[in-house]
Amino acid sequence: MASRFRSLLLMALALGSALPAWAAEPPEEKALSPIIEPEVKRREFHEARIDTENFEVTVFAGMLGIEDFGSSPVYGARLGYHVAEWLFVEGSLGMATAGKTSYEAITGANTLSDEERELIYYNAAVGFNLLPGEVFPTRHTTYNSDLYLIGGVGSTQFAGADRFTFNIGLGYRLLFTDSFALRIDFRDHIFNMDADVLGQDKTTQNLELTVGLGFFF
Amino acid sequence: MRIQVLWLLILALWITTMARAEEPAGEFVRIADPYIEIHTGPGSGYPVFYVAERGEEIAILRRKTDWFQVRTRRGKEGWVHRDQLERTLTLAGEKIKLATVTLEAFSERKWELGATGGDFGGAAMLGLYGGYAFSRNLSAELGLAQSFGNISSTYSLTGRLVAQPFPEWRYSPFFSLGTGYIQINPKATIIYPERTTNQMSYVALGLRTWLTRRFIFRIEYDYYTIFSATNDRDDNEELNGWQAGFAVFF
Repeated sequence: MASRFRSLLLMALALGSALPAWAAEPPEEKALSPIIEPEVKRREFHEARIDTENFEVTVFAGMLGIEDFGSSPVYGARLGYHVAEWLFVEGSLGMATAGKTSYEAITGANTLSDEERELIYYNAAVGFNLLPGEVFPTRHTTYNSDLYLIGGVGSTQFAGADRFTFNIGLGYRLLFTDSFALRIDFRDHIFNMDADVLGQDKTTQNLELTVGLGFFF
Repeated sequence: MRIQVLWLLILALWITTMARAEEPAGEFVRIADPYIEIHTGPGSGYPVFYVAERGEEIAILRRKTDWFQVRTRRGKEGWVHRDQLERTLTLAGEKIKLATVTLEAFSERKWELGATGGDFGGAAMLGLYGGYAFSRNLSAELGLAQSFGNISSTYSLTGRLVAQPFPEWRYSPFFSLGTGYIQINPKATIIYPERTTNQMSYVALGLRTWLTRRFIFRIEYDYYTIFSATNDRDDNEELNGWQAGFAVFF
């Protein structure tokens, strides 16, 4: 009995929270204005009420080739801001786990601990929409697209150190709707590795291919 | 009982959102030019597929950079550039006003958010900072930076006061005093990887300039003192550095 009473009370509460939204249109106004204009239009213009969609958030997954350590799955997220139709800035965060070098596989030795094998990178980049366009997958569908050149700087935490990293690449954005996009990113992450890890100091090229889903807001 | 409550909450939420969705969407304007061109996408290269005539009312649905998505009375949806939209009228017959960011807005800014890159005592560095202006001349900033040396990397968290004597200039110099903490992480492959945290102070001299819209470019020279003196070692470390970067302001 008590439980039924409680559920009734809750139902009343839930309806009560929903009702004010219905009641928001004052009934007197309807009575005053004739039925000629069914659609209420704002006569004043307020720029702030227009929904701006210049931010883009993307989640991505793909493969990252870590020089000397094989290729590994990589995943992460990006946050971008579109400054102009041809320009955007974007921050990215990604992670992967490195495999073994050939030396390690042959000798059974471990040059890195499990923790040092975890690769985490972040970067800030500037993108240029070089080739904006439209694609026509069928007779009746058209999607907007962008081919962009992107590059920037950041940090890669790998093999026991933070490594200053340049990144440069190309990307393709296919907009399924005005808010959702499919993205394909090809990126080269360039950083230095030391002799105590790889036997020689060298600049490594770490190529990454990812597929992402973007949302504009 | 729990499930009942959950369903009721979902129902209440659904009803509220449905009621909201019924509000008329968008702002309405009336075309004043002989015609406006509607593009298929938010960019000047996208083809014009429809032309709306003078006197027609259009609804503005959303905005991406300088492009506005509009819907005509006949249900055509496309993108119009800001320059054309500025020559339309409100339904009351007044000229549309779109906000433009001016040099005045730059000198009156309250918040600033940016990223920098540069050099910290010979090592590459990256930084992120946020600032708040108390007045046109004085602001406070909080910064997070990382540097990449050959034998160690550092993280620092600093706060600083920034004085700007000529806020109304487009190229505006500033002077700054700051303090904070720096953590020094030797590379794990070095034999004695010992992490140390020290206090640090620094002075900076720099230049800020308004680029366009809400963007700032800035460059500065920094002189750091790291208070690394201990009972065994009594010398503090002194370093030079510089950084340059971009910021947005509000």
